[in-house]
Amino acid sequence: MAWMSWTLPTAAFFAGIALILVAMTTWQVISPSVERRGFLPLDTTRGDRLFIGLLTSAFIHLGFVALSDVSLYVATALCVVWMIILMRWG
Amino acid sequence: MTKVENNKAWWLVLPVFLIVAFSAIIPLMTVVNYSVQDIFDPYTRYFVGTEWFKQVMTDSRLHDALIRQFIYSFTILAIEIPLGIAVALMMPTKGRGASLALILVAIPLLIPWNVVGTIWQIFGRADIGLFGAMMAELGINYNYASEPMHAWLTVVLMDVWHWTPLVALLCYSGLRAIPEVYYQAARIDKASRWAVFRYIQLPKLTNVLIIGVLLRFMDSFMIYTEPFVLTGGGPGTSTTFLSQSLVQQAIGQFDLGPAAAFSLVYFLIILLVCWVFYTTIMNMQKDK
Repeated sequence: MAWMSWTLPTAAFFAGIALILVAMTTWQVISPSVERRGFLPLDTTRGDRLFIGLLTSAFIHLGFVALSDVSLYVATALCVVWMIILMRWG
Repeated sequence: MTKVENNKAWWLVLPVFLIVAFSAIIPLMTVVNYSVQDIFDPYTRYFVGTEWFKQVMTDSRLHDALIRQFIYSFTILAIEIPLGIAVALMMPTKGRGASLALILVAIPLLIPWNVVGTIWQIFGRADIGLFGAMMAELGINYNYASEPMHAWLTVVLMDVWHWTPLVALLCYSGLRAIPEVYYQAARIDKASRWAVFRYIQLPKLTNVLIIGVLLRFMDSFMIYTEPFVLTGGGPGTSTTFLSQSLVQQAIGQFDLGPAAAFSLVYFLIILLVCWVFYTTIMNMQKDK
């Protein structure tokens, strides 16, 4: 694994993503998701909303890095709030 | 009778998952690891946080390459899609002529990318190329190696020549799938040629056109070989597109960290565009 040049933050990041996927799969098995329409202009399942949330979060983080010197924890906190709003009402 | 739930078939997906893991997921993870480190060799590396991302996102060369890339992709879409439809409408539908036209139209698609670049490199030269010589005869001092506008014209023409046939073939198959009764109804109503196109053919072509736009956008957005062979990204950086900037940075300068950060930004842009196209296609089918 040395050739992959792991670092603690990236390992934590991928572990987080893997955990989210496992949790979402378990949730899906226990109570299957139903497609519905929230404030987004399209019908989405839980997985769709997760994907949209992760993608927008990536762009929010990039925006913070590119345009400001504010700590990235602020961006992460913002993304968590956005993720909750999206998963609940999206 | 109740439906039996059996999820054992998921195991059949396992081999594909393993292949994708080796060919895509593990390399992508490595790229993510590289993007936050300054790497000299496998044992000498330093964690730099988001420094490379900041550098990449504020690099004017890359901004220029990105703008160029979008202009290029939209230019060739604006030419290839209408032209492809026009070619498909003009192709014969019956007899030997139809087979011959299909073969002739498909020939450019069979030529490898690097050969396409070489063909156009020679074709555009004023001393030995037909196109270059023709331009010279017309009194135009055509030189794609020194004039940015000429280089652009050649790269765009090359892509149009190479890929319009794909759009034409997709549209041709779409047109053949329209039942004859629609045309009969149009004849009874004395519909004009334009009305037939606007209200019968174009709506029936929507699905193939979406596929055409998607394929052409994705392909042109990652274009590398043809401009590399034809102009080498020049003159200056006028035809240096995203993938070429990336290769210059990663392999030319061996700046693995910034190149990895750049790849991830590139990947996110492509992921976003793919998702938008995919969602549009799925929603259009749902509306029907």
